[in-house]
Amino acid sequence: MSEHTDTQQPVEAREIMYREALNEALREELSANPSVFCMGVGIGQRGGSYKVTAGLLEEFGPKRVIDSPISEASFTGAGVGAAIAGMRPVVEILFVDFSLLVLDQIINQAAKYRFMTGGVGRVPMVLRTQGGVGNGLAAQHSQSLEAIYYHAPGLKLVMPSTPYDAKGLLKTAIRDEDPVVFIEHKLLYMTKGPVPEDDYMIDFGKADIKRAGSDVTLIAWSNMVPRSLTAAEKLASEGIDVEVIDPRTLVPLDKPTILDSVRKTEHVVIVQEAIRRGGVASDIASIIQAEAFDYLDAPIEICAGKNTPIPFNLQLESACVPQEADIIAAVRRAVGA
Amino acid sequence: MYSKQLLSELYRKLYAIRVFETQCIKLYRQGLIRGYFHPYLGEEAVAVGVCAALEESDYIVSTHRGHGHCIAWGAELKRMVAELLGRETGYCGGRGGSMHIADVTAGNVGANGIVGAGIPLGVGAALASHIRGDGKVTAIFFSDGACNNGVFAEAMNLAAIWSLPAILVLENNHYAVSTRVEDVCRTADMAERGVGYGVESHVVDGNDVLKVYDQARDAAAKCRAGAGPILIECKTYRDQGHHVNDPGDYMPKDVLAEYKARNPESICRKHMIDAGLGSDQVDGIEAEVDAELAEAVEFARNSAEPDVAEFLKEVESY
Repeated sequence: MSEHTDTQQPVEAREIMYREALNEALREELSANPSVFCMGVGIGQRGGSYKVTAGLLEEFGPKRVIDSPISEASFTGAGVGAAIAGMRPVVEILFVDFSLLVLDQIINQAAKYRFMTGGVGRVPMVLRTQGGVGNGLAAQHSQSLEAIYYHAPGLKLVMPSTPYDAKGLLKTAIRDEDPVVFIEHKLLYMTKGPVPEDDYMIDFGKADIKRAGSDVTLIAWSNMVPRSLTAAEKLASEGIDVEVIDPRTLVPLDKPTILDSVRKTEHVVIVQEAIRRGGVASDIASIIQAEAFDYLDAPIEICAGKNTPIPFNLQLESACVPQEADIIAAVRRAVGA
Repeated sequence: MYSKQLLSELYRKLYAIRVFETQCIKLYRQGLIRGYFHPYLGEEAVAVGVCAALEESDYIVSTHRGHGHCIAWGAELKRMVAELLGRETGYCGGRGGSMHIADVTAGNVGANGIVGAGIPLGVGAALASHIRGDGKVTAIFFSDGACNNGVFAEAMNLAAIWSLPAILVLENNHYAVSTRVEDVCRTADMAERGVGYGVESHVVDGNDVLKVYDQARDAAAKCRAGAGPILIECKTYRDQGHHVNDPGDYMPKDVLAEYKARNPESICRKHMIDAGLGSDQVDGIEAEVDAELAEAVEFARNSAEPDVAEFLKEVESY
């Protein structure tokens, strides 16, 4: 059995890329359980557009690593049906933007199945996808759509920011009894980080404090985590000590870790790449004001994407999502610096 | 030839669906059943013929008009009525209701409130069997209306390219709610769409349970031999409008009368008489089902409603 852990990785772990960490998680779970299989467009022979599934077809064969036609709604639905029938599918949707084609199967079918069957049915399926801006991928390949899935009861929602988290959380997702939407970030695939070689998993609902600090609580996920950490180092040189919390799973959300930090720092910044309106940041802010209002020294700052489709032009693209300077400015506002 | 036992079993199911729906419509009129109720009356032979051709370990996938599929698959009437009444003892503890009734442990993946959505689910169950090599077949029930939803084409193609053990049971009752099939499909038989995807496709009289049964048996055997999927278009008709509150005035009276005269029970009864069964034996089956249904209604009416406080505790986990 693998050991559950929510602690930071050991110092001596080797460094691998985010995409390699995901690949290892898939390989280990495919090896460990014959019920696990992967399905998606171009995941087999091509190894996936971002190489996450590279080599899996050769190792596990075409029944376990299935190249599907571009029929997102139906192959996702087939994943849901296979999960109901006892399998553990890992379905890949190439871009989170394309997941809009499968909303019925995810929100009306997968998310509600256990509930509608009075708790008897199970959909142990993972929907792997990736979102966020890349470099000029424009309006239909750059979105951050986690709020849609956050809003649908019955789903779990995972957004890892490091190779270590990516591997441990994907393994947990595959073993979970409920449907999990697992959103990677296209700009993180090539990032490197320490990942131990031994088997490990990361519990859902356990935030990770990526940087301890005492002046302000900064909550961020996915690609906003490394950006916020860089911002935090710069702010440290100004004497502002930022605590960076990565919830890692938005559903379930680790409220205790967030609230403990808020009670300590009394200042909050929430950074989200997704557009501001109707976002997860707004909900986290509402939770904090409801449960820790008396501790807040200042209004909660939300540093989020602009309410717009993502433009093609790179300068315009950068203007739409929080950059390091935006994060630094938001922290300064929060602490009144 | 068909055994007396088989004919009796087929008739028992046909009759059970007939009286279950008729009785539950009464309960609906009394205000005991709420929400949407899409009766299967008139189409019983499709579910009964197909389910009789399958093994207990197989899977079925149902639709919003799903009571008949459940009963044909062997559901207990008491847990069926209880679910329609929203009681804790129902198949889904009152959480699902008519449009979401399922019996997962028995291989009934369930009804569906979204037209067409069950087709990919069924293809997924068949994919699971294909990967495991477990020899199971999945029968996917869907309507003529679902054939104009994109997932019909997509999912049938997936089943075709992967040679999945799936029987695509197209219940052509000639109406998508109130839209006539001939207004939304250019071909006389929707089964032609299967041919276009390289899927062996058949058209049968969906009111004759033996015709459906024979075609489904052949399809199941082919699926188990790796020659799936198979599409079977069953031509049938609703006895009434889309749901219990739809008068169905758009259905031509003469066509409706013709189909009602050819109702699945009377056709099956003729098969039984031809096979040498007496009317007393038919009456005996009906009396048994009537008694079971009366008990089922009693059971459901006496069952508790779900506990709200318990439910709110469950909800915390979301």
